[in-house]
Amino acid sequence: MGEIHLTGHPASPGLAIGPVAVLTTEVASRAAKGDPAHEAVALKAAIEGAAVELAKLIATVHGEAAEILEFQVAMLGDDALAEGAYEAIAAGTAADEAWRAALDAEIAGYRAADEEYFRARATDLVDIRDRVLAGLNGADAIAKISGDSVVMGDDISPSMFLAADWTRGGAIALAAGSPSSHVAMLARSRGAPMVVGLGPLPWNGQPPSLALVDGDAGIVIFDPKPETRRLFEHRMAAANAAQIAADAGRFEPALTADGRRIAVLLNVAAPEDLAGLDPAICDGIGLVRTEFLFEGSRGLPDEDAQYAVYRRILEWAAGRPVTIRTLDAGGDKPIAGLTVDGERNPFLGLRGIRLSLARPEVFRVQLRALCRAAVHGALKVMLPMIAVPAELDRAKAMLDAEFATLRAEGVACARPQLGIMVEVPAAALCAEDFGAAFYSIGSNDLTQYTMAASRDIGAVADLNDAGHPAVLALIARTVEAGRKRGVEVSLCGDAAADMRLTKSLLATGLTTLSVSPIAVARLKAAIAGVIA
Amino acid sequence: MHDANANRAAQTFAPLTASAVLVNPVGLHARPSVKLTQLAKRFTAKIEIALVADGPWTDAKSPVKVMRVKAPQGATLHFRVAGPDSEAALAAMLALVHDGFGEA
Repeated sequence: MGEIHLTGHPASPGLAIGPVAVLTTEVASRAAKGDPAHEAVALKAAIEGAAVELAKLIATVHGEAAEILEFQVAMLGDDALAEGAYEAIAAGTAADEAWRAALDAEIAGYRAADEEYFRARATDLVDIRDRVLAGLNGADAIAKISGDSVVMGDDISPSMFLAADWTRGGAIALAAGSPSSHVAMLARSRGAPMVVGLGPLPWNGQPPSLALVDGDAGIVIFDPKPETRRLFEHRMAAANAAQIAADAGRFEPALTADGRRIAVLLNVAAPEDLAGLDPAICDGIGLVRTEFLFEGSRGLPDEDAQYAVYRRILEWAAGRPVTIRTLDAGGDKPIAGLTVDGERNPFLGLRGIRLSLARPEVFRVQLRALCRAAVHGALKVMLPMIAVPAELDRAKAMLDAEFATLRAEGVACARPQLGIMVEVPAAALCAEDFGAAFYSIGSNDLTQYTMAASRDIGAVADLNDAGHPAVLALIARTVEAGRKRGVEVSLCGDAAADMRLTKSLLATGLTTLSVSPIAVARLKAAIAGVIA
Repeated sequence: MHDANANRAAQTFAPLTASAVLVNPVGLHARPSVKLTQLAKRFTAKIEIALVADGPWTDAKSPVKVMRVKAPQGATLHFRVAGPDSEAALAAMLALVHDGFGEA
């Protein structure tokens, strides 16, 4: 087979070369079934194998993620889980069928629970079920992702992504997928090159063995000729040298060529993103996404769990400002038991602040945790998807009420500054009308709502251009409103990390940009080349 | 037949019972269930839990069965313990629940 070039959309920058690991989305059914004794042994081995895999995984994660997995290990280690399956096997059923039926019954029990916390546990059981099925059928999807693999498939789930170690290289090449998916976001923050929307993969049966991934251009080359590979390796070496040069400057404050100081903040998806990072590389944290707290399979996080995480991040920042965004669920970020299923157009539905105001019992817990954490640093709280001032006013009243309650209870707390994300064009056009303590422009949503081009649909990805004059005009208008009102304006979307846009963004008057840690060095280098 | 040991324990040692209210925020969910079963397994006594004083009783050493109980916050958790170390076991189990499974 000759070399194959496929062009998709760049989702996470960088170059990578590695062996291809194909993800199978469907667990194939087993070729042959043995007698009951043989099937029982196969099931037992698959269960034990799954427990070993999980134990290995636990060693690589911490905190919340580890506890989720420990629960799964405890469940797998309990004979009661497989009791029904072994009975069915004794009666002549195949091991995979028997296991699936037993776990599906268990899962149904969880889904029928009155309490949300128990319903949410169903996800864990699904995880357990599929891990054992994969072991039974020999399709070991997760274990195949070694440190330097190019992972190929239709799409990849965030948990699969997190299960792999991306510190030793590796990349992702997807037939479907989106540059704005959660996984793409994670890939950018971990520095794993990723290309999406490659379309149907043009081989049957035997997949290619080696791939070159160009996450800058959105190109993947399979089974390259020696000459192609040599040229690619040259480019990788040059890119590494440039990164090392940029890294040297990452502790310096960001200055434009004509000496204007630009604040560079970090976007963080989970506290783990900060592990091993020196806070001196940044001027603070511009965006902490809190969805990760709610996404685990353990149900809604309680106040203490949230407080502990927020406090850790504030302590890491050591006095630098930290902006935490309240839960931004809905749209492309569904959360079981919280967001509305089956909305016809979830991006125009109950998401962000709208959902928080509709579920005050969940929102209040987060506001209380934030007030308590605020005593540990310079905390700012921002509200996502604000469209009209009344939403800010209602959230402000709730924040004030929770703060007053905590104080009356004698709990240590402070009232954080409350600002808004500007990502709905209405908020950008009327920014001056909001009594916000700051504005943070969310360029991803602002772009998709302005250009009417979904972030999720590859066919219109070209229209989803944050550098379009209409989007830049809305950004400039927000900057101007901030200047008039004397409040800070920052930008925390992917546009901030797109060095082709740095000049245009600074031309709008922006002086604060927030990017994932991996992009800090390159952004500072790009800023240094701009005369603003 | 396979339960012979447990039966013998139950015959030899009169079961002790006690109850405690679940005070941790979300009841007997994943993490508390794991803690409860891990603690129970440290004792040789047969340890069972129930949501009402007369059962049905659930083996407190099985996380799968404990999760099936779906005990919510505020529920009263009844314990029935029988075996040579039943007193120590019961005291430890009650302490874990009173302590909110270390979560509060």
